[in-house]
Amino acid sequence: MKSSVWTIARLTFREASRRWILWVALLLGVLFLVVYGIGFNEIQKDITRQTGEQAILEFNEIYNFLLMAGLYAVNFLTIMMAVLTSVDTLSGEISSGTIHTLVSKPLQRWEIVIGKWIGFAGMLLLYLLLMGGGVLLTAYLLTGYVPPSPLSGIALMAFNAILLLSVSLLGGSILSTLANGVLVFGLYGIAFIGGWIEQFGSLLNNQTAINIGVVCSLIMPSEALWKRAAYEMQSPVAAALGFSPFTTNSVPSPLMIVYAGIYMVVALYVAVRLFSRRDL
Amino acid sequence: MPASLAIETHGLRKVYGDKVAVMNLSLSVERGEVFGFLGPNGAGKTTVVKMLLGLTRPTGGAGTLLGSPLGDHHGRAKVGFLPEHFRFHDWLTASEFLKLHADLYHMPATVSQQRIPKLLDLVGLAPHATKKLRQFSKGMLQRIGLAQALLNEPELVILDEPTSGLDPVGRRLVRDIIRDLRQRGTTVFLNSHLLSEVEITCDRVAFIKFGEVLQVSPLQLLLEGELSVEIRARQLSQGAIAGLSRWSRNVRADGEHLTLTLPGEADIPAINRYLVENGAEIYSLQPQHVSLEDLFIEIVGTDGGL
Repeated sequence: MKSSVWTIARLTFREASRRWILWVALLLGVLFLVVYGIGFNEIQKDITRQTGEQAILEFNEIYNFLLMAGLYAVNFLTIMMAVLTSVDTLSGEISSGTIHTLVSKPLQRWEIVIGKWIGFAGMLLLYLLLMGGGVLLTAYLLTGYVPPSPLSGIALMAFNAILLLSVSLLGGSILSTLANGVLVFGLYGIAFIGGWIEQFGSLLNNQTAINIGVVCSLIMPSEALWKRAAYEMQSPVAAALGFSPFTTNSVPSPLMIVYAGIYMVVALYVAVRLFSRRDL
Repeated sequence: MPASLAIETHGLRKVYGDKVAVMNLSLSVERGEVFGFLGPNGAGKTTVVKMLLGLTRPTGGAGTLLGSPLGDHHGRAKVGFLPEHFRFHDWLTASEFLKLHADLYHMPATVSQQRIPKLLDLVGLAPHATKKLRQFSKGMLQRIGLAQALLNEPELVILDEPTSGLDPVGRRLVRDIIRDLRQRGTTVFLNSHLLSEVEITCDRVAFIKFGEVLQVSPLQLLLEGELSVEIRARQLSQGAIAGLSRWSRNVRADGEHLTLTLPGEADIPAINRYLVENGAEIYSLQPQHVSLEDLFIEIVGTDGGL
């Protein structure tokens, strides 16, 4: 029998577009890029005027900082998109009753969960490509600067968004919309603060602080993914010397990335299991 | 496959926490019949429907839907369902909504392109095909829901309170659709409060209360069987009234009015003769068939609704 996954994925994507979620996000995204571009341009004009004969290397440090600031904001916005668009998708359809005509069709419930996942993931990728791509392109067009490994950086940011999407689907399979929102943002908050504690811990060589950060990353690996993404894209000099909100000096290992992958697959699997057993 | 029953359940049971929604439900619905599922509010009717369609998992018992075990998605391929609270994705237009559900039935696009306009026409929504469901009235939503339930030319249609939101014209439409389905040999499982609807459309009815079947019977037999006889007479002695108990278990006397329930009309001449012989002067004697509503009250009682 044919699968309904694509039907549900299309429905999900179309809903985001039809209910203006996608368009509002893209419109404000364009506005974001315009503001970013103007700001970047002004700063660039200023530093090249003031510093005159500075080495190109030093400019690149500043460009990298501006670029990472932009991508940091994009990462945050993409995560918001991932959670806000999906937090209501299962619990909302259950409480409104729209789920009844779907589930009574000849499909299995996993097809609904996975279909929604694919639909949202597609939307998030589109959003991230516009925003992340836009930031990279702005920097390139204005200065010709390209950071190291932009592709793996953007890929890790996409992974981050899809990880939060999976957790949000898991929560939505058993919790109410509000409870699910509290859960996902709560986890995100733990990961966020854990990341900072680890950052400081690494700077001060405080092993306990580093361990707290690692434990937080195990509870929710989203900040670890961002830090790895930032590490991939930051300039080597900044990595060696610097300490800024947008760069990282405590680099999550590839093992943490693998862990995040397992985390996501397990979250999705549990979401499917719980939703399949739930009385609707 | 067609040899199997449309719906069969054995000892179906559903418990939510410490509340028993469905106690022990055994039911057989033949293929091609229009089956009425009656009971007071809270009797567990909707829970039964949800278990049949795999929306809810039974706590105990088993059953089949068109030959497939309950919860198996293959069984639902030839089932149409109109839920009680017809809430749909209201940002879709009427025809997009039907296309979505046609896709979920894995209907080839060439087939759905033909069927969707026909169904919109059938339920009287052809002029509103490109209107979003958000702008639909309650009755229009129920109609589009009905069209959705007929998309796949189902062998079994389950309608949960299909006329609750409809005006008299809409109700007649539903009746006509059910009649049409019966002629095509489609099984219809009708969960309804509106006994007048059931009375017109159903072949057989089940009465349920507290999640148990109290009685299943062909509607014709039920309605034609029992008679209520109203007699207006004077000079009725208490002794004569008491003597009526040999024909009727239910005798009510109120002044010169007598009402008794009889299993059939065969005894009416004998009762007439008996009353005359016992000195009564009879002014009128009117046999009436019992309405489904009276039967419902008689079988289910008045204490059931919550």
